[in-house]
Amino acid sequence: MTKEKIVVIGAGMAGGRIVEEILKRDDTKFEISIIGAEACATYDRIQLSPVLAGEKTFEQIVTHSQEWYDSNGVKTHFGYWVQSIDRAMKHVVLHDGQTIAYDKLILTLGSDPIRLPLPGADLSGVVAFRDLHDVDAMQKAAEKGGEAVVIGGGLLGLEAAYGLAKRGMKATVIHLVDVLMERQLDEAAGRLLEKALLERGVNSILNAQSEAILGETHVEGLKLKDGRIIPASLLVMAVGIRPHVEPAKAAGLTVERGIVVDDQMRTSDPSIFAVGECVQHRGVCYGLVAPIWDMCRTLADVLTEANVEAAYAGSELATRLKVSGVDLYSAGQFNGGEGCEDIVFRDPGRGVYKRVVIKNDQLVGAVLFGEATDGGWYFDLIKKGESVAEIRDTLIFGQAVTNALAGTDPSSAVAAWPDDTEVCGCNGVSKGQVVASITAGNDTLDKVRGHCKASASCGSCTGIVESLLKCTLGDSFKAQTGPKPMCKCTEHGHAVVRKAIVEQELKTIPDVMQAMKWTTPDGCSSCRPALNYYLLCAWPRAYHDDPRSRFVNERNHANIQKDGTYSVVPRMWGGLTSAKELRAIADVVDKFNVPMVKVTGGQRLDLFGVKKEDLPAVWADLNAAGMVSGHAYAKALRTVKTCVGSEWCRFGTQDSTGLGVKLEQATWGSYMPHKFKMAASGCPRNCAEATIKDFGVVCVDSGYELHVGGNAGIHVRVTDLLTKVATEEEALEWSMAFVQLYREDAWYLERTAPWIERVGLQFVKDGLADPADRAALVARFKESQDVYQVDPWAEHAPKSAPAKVFSPLADLRQGVSQDHLQTQAQEPAE
Amino acid sequence: MNASVVIHWTDVGAASDVPYQGARRVETDLGAVAVFHTVSGEYFAIFDRCPHKNGPLSEGIVHGKAVACPLHNWSISLETGQALGADAGKGCTPVVPLMIEDGRILLGLNS
Ligand code: SRM
Ligand SMILES: Cc1cc2nc3c(=O)[nH]c(=O)nc-3n(C[C@H](O)[C@H](O)[C@H](O)COP(=O)(O)OP(=O)(O)OC[C@H]3O[C@@H](n4cnc5c(N)ncnc54)[C@H](O)[C@@H]3O)c2cc1C
Ligand code: SF4
Ligand code: FES
Repeated sequence: MTKEKIVVIGAGMAGGRIVEEILKRDDTKFEISIIGAEACATYDRIQLSPVLAGEKTFEQIVTHSQEWYDSNGVKTHFGYWVQSIDRAMKHVVLHDGQTIAYDKLILTLGSDPIRLPLPGADLSGVVAFRDLHDVDAMQKAAEKGGEAVVIGGGLLGLEAAYGLAKRGMKATVIHLVDVLMERQLDEAAGRLLEKALLERGVNSILNAQSEAILGETHVEGLKLKDGRIIPASLLVMAVGIRPHVEPAKAAGLTVERGIVVDDQMRTSDPSIFAVGECVQHRGVCYGLVAPIWDMCRTLADVLTEANVEAAYAGSELATRLKVSGVDLYSAGQFNGGEGCEDIVFRDPGRGVYKRVVIKNDQLVGAVLFGEATDGGWYFDLIKKGESVAEIRDTLIFGQAVTNALAGTDPSSAVAAWPDDTEVCGCNGVSKGQVVASITAGNDTLDKVRGHCKASASCGSCTGIVESLLKCTLGDSFKAQTGPKPMCKCTEHGHAVVRKAIVEQELKTIPDVMQAMKWTTPDGCSSCRPALNYYLLCAWPRAYHDDPRSRFVNERNHANIQKDGTYSVVPRMWGGLTSAKELRAIADVVDKFNVPMVKVTGGQRLDLFGVKKEDLPAVWADLNAAGMVSGHAYAKALRTVKTCVGSEWCRFGTQDSTGLGVKLEQATWGSYMPHKFKMAASGCPRNCAEATIKDFGVVCVDSGYELHVGGNAGIHVRVTDLLTKVATEEEALEWSMAFVQLYREDAWYLERTAPWIERVGLQFVKDGLADPADRAALVARFKESQDVYQVDPWAEHAPKSAPAKVFSPLADLRQGVSQDHLQTQAQEPAE
Repeated sequence: MNASVVIHWTDVGAASDVPYQGARRVETDLGAVAVFHTVSGEYFAIFDRCPHKNGPLSEGIVHGKAVACPLHNWSISLETGQALGADAGKGCTPVVPLMIEDGRILLGLNS
């Protein structure tokens, strides 16, 4: 029997979710195809705000990747637009004319941002805030700095303005009425929000009506009805959304404001269903995801017949604003009205405002500002609709107080929540499910997210999930939070110690340990290497590197192997070598019986199985052929991978090989918080894999794209674009400035990828944007290179008298001659 | 312990040849021995093989009266040869008697 064909139009949040919900219930019954106009797979649209603010990368917000669809046998057509639906033929027609047949069709068309028909609305630089494309456009504009205007002071507009301000623009929100987010907030909370936003660089102009967008070809400003002109090089319209209904309307389905569906999510055609923002259910169109998840669950139950009775009954809504550091929650009917009573709590000192609304002894609304942890509890009370008469007196103080006074003894607010309290509204996860996930062994936030999806969408319940981790795991979780001490020898974290080294001018390891009250006499194998690095970075000239605080590889300038022998990797600049070098390597292999030679992933040769006592002699021979240490063992520059580039390659745009050599020559020898890898590719085909390196250059016709923060290894992270420059000199300058910023800011053993995740790309951009700052970083880098750009092999391999530390103190084995030993035994023992 | 055991002391070199907070290796027929010099100025000797997977302890970072194995970072007591901390109880490296006399290191190697 052939499988029933389901076709989903729209691969947004509802599209991805409905496919997942169907497969979860039955992964054999249907042949599923999904068509999405966006060229990428499904991502979490909600998270575009943190992406815009530079707090997340796009990769982090993909919810259903191409691989996910592939591995689940779902056919995808991304980048395709459905032109029309032929209900008689039961197929859909794509924009390129191909048709796809369906037995059941699911519409998840989302909605379109409303564009105000103002004069100038079609100028370049006028954007909406709906998809990745818009975010890209905003990011590009923000790179140039300047001023941005956002029309619309709702959730979307404020998140756009905050994101732009965080990216360094001067952002102004223009709002038609006199309270921000007036559909979710009362006036008091609105004012507090205005102030909190101002502190974050977002200015609000209320009661303002827009008249015209000014500019020739590109937006230059916004003119208000009262005559004021707000200059802007970017204008974001965030004035609302309209359900996207066109294909449904054209196909003759019943459409009002949205596509009309019944409680089974069925449209007026029994073979066609719809979920998401495009639908109108019982007269309501929704613009948040929580209802969409409910709809998807219902529809999946219906289609797979997991529960033929399933019916969607509409959703209560709650809103949280995703602006870092602003705790804001609103649910239900907050502005009172007929028969409503308010209970209000204010604490101006802490900037806290709470208001709950009660009607007929039931909680019907809540607005929380400055302290929103009880949001979920209130929302739950609203949804349950039970009487709150008994807890009325303490209701406003939140759940912990209420329950404590009611005789129960909760150790914390969340501990007291009933198991069925909803914690994560986005994904419909209850407290009981989170706790079950934790007790099943998911003992970190990330693991909980991966396992039960709580806090995996908009992230605003993260605090609650963390509290649950805390009260479920006790001390073992606490150990992971707060500023983590460097190690058990101190209570201080890396940042504090580093600051003290610079500010108190501490210049030796014992000084640091004294000043910072170390609890052990000489630290341990984890803090000493870190301190040694911090000191040599802060005081390149005054501090003397301490080999005793270095890991064996950095002390012996080779990589230790499991049998105690070493591997030796000479530098091959930019992956280039010569007959002379290869001949010298071959000779070393023969002379010292090197068991294995391997080409590494870093475009050079590795000699394995060299005995420690042979190291100085091996180095001496390699030195003689002009080769130096490749630092394959060090927290330092490793290799610079290159491709062929414009010298030979028919696609090359610049001399990537030459640039790679120059990059390596400029930066080799400098010690860093962790290993550091670079690459230069001659064109965007990127054969040198520059976009997974700590610093990668992708050459293009017009210059050099500089990428940072890439990492392969355990957690693969693709680079972020730092900037684009026109000349090779600039590329070199930026590379050195970036390296120095990383050296000065990152914690020991933190590679650029986790460092950038921690401090944010914007921090890096800000640190490098000003040419004067860059020059200063480069100067400090060069000063350090003056001291540290020396070949450690040459230092330890003076041909005449090899360093004695490389040989045993004594050899007492029978029949072994003592003559060759470097012991200084002058007097025979008694 | 049998009181009649006589320890034979063997001079293996000058104390000043073992770096402060460091170690040197002495080859013997029983296997290599590592001689350590700690931050407190004391000297210790234990066999140069980690109870975990034979890592050369003489290459580890010396801290307090312990050494961190260079292969997988077990911490080994120089006084007792026992693995410490998280790996306590998982293994032990034999300790070699050591004496400093007139600036010379003497190891008690009975064989
Ligand atoms: C030799 C080589 C494998 C090979 O034969 O190709 C290698 C060998 C080792 N790698 Fe690697 N890695 C080698 C390329 C890579 C690459 C590929 C690259 O650089 O293009 C990666 C992924 C890229 C990256 O780093 O982002 C890589 C990711 C790692 C990681 C994981 C790093 C991470 O951030 O997750 C480790 C573990 C670590 O550093 O803690 C590691 C650690 C190691 C160590 C040092 C393990 C150890 O601690 O002993 C291995 C040392 C063997 C030795 O004695 O030489 N190696 N290693 C490569 C040497 C390249 C070179 O010429 O210097
Ligand atoms: C910046 C931002 C922040 C937000 N923050 C929150 C929040 O904090 N909390 C919250 O609950 N909600 C938030 N939302 C709203 C939430 O993202 C939406 O409710 C949700 O994405 C709607 O899902 P959907 O699948 O119906 O529509 P969408 O996710 O828009 O998906 C519809 C998809 O269908 C495609 N499509 C349309 N027509 C066709 C066609 N003819 N052919 C092919 N493909 C087509 C579109 O290209 C689109 O990709 C936010 C939205 C934005 C933009
Ligand atoms: S992947 Fe790297 S670390 Fe792992 S075995 Fe291979 S060389 Fe060693
Ligand atoms: S061999 Fe010493 S820790 Fe593994």
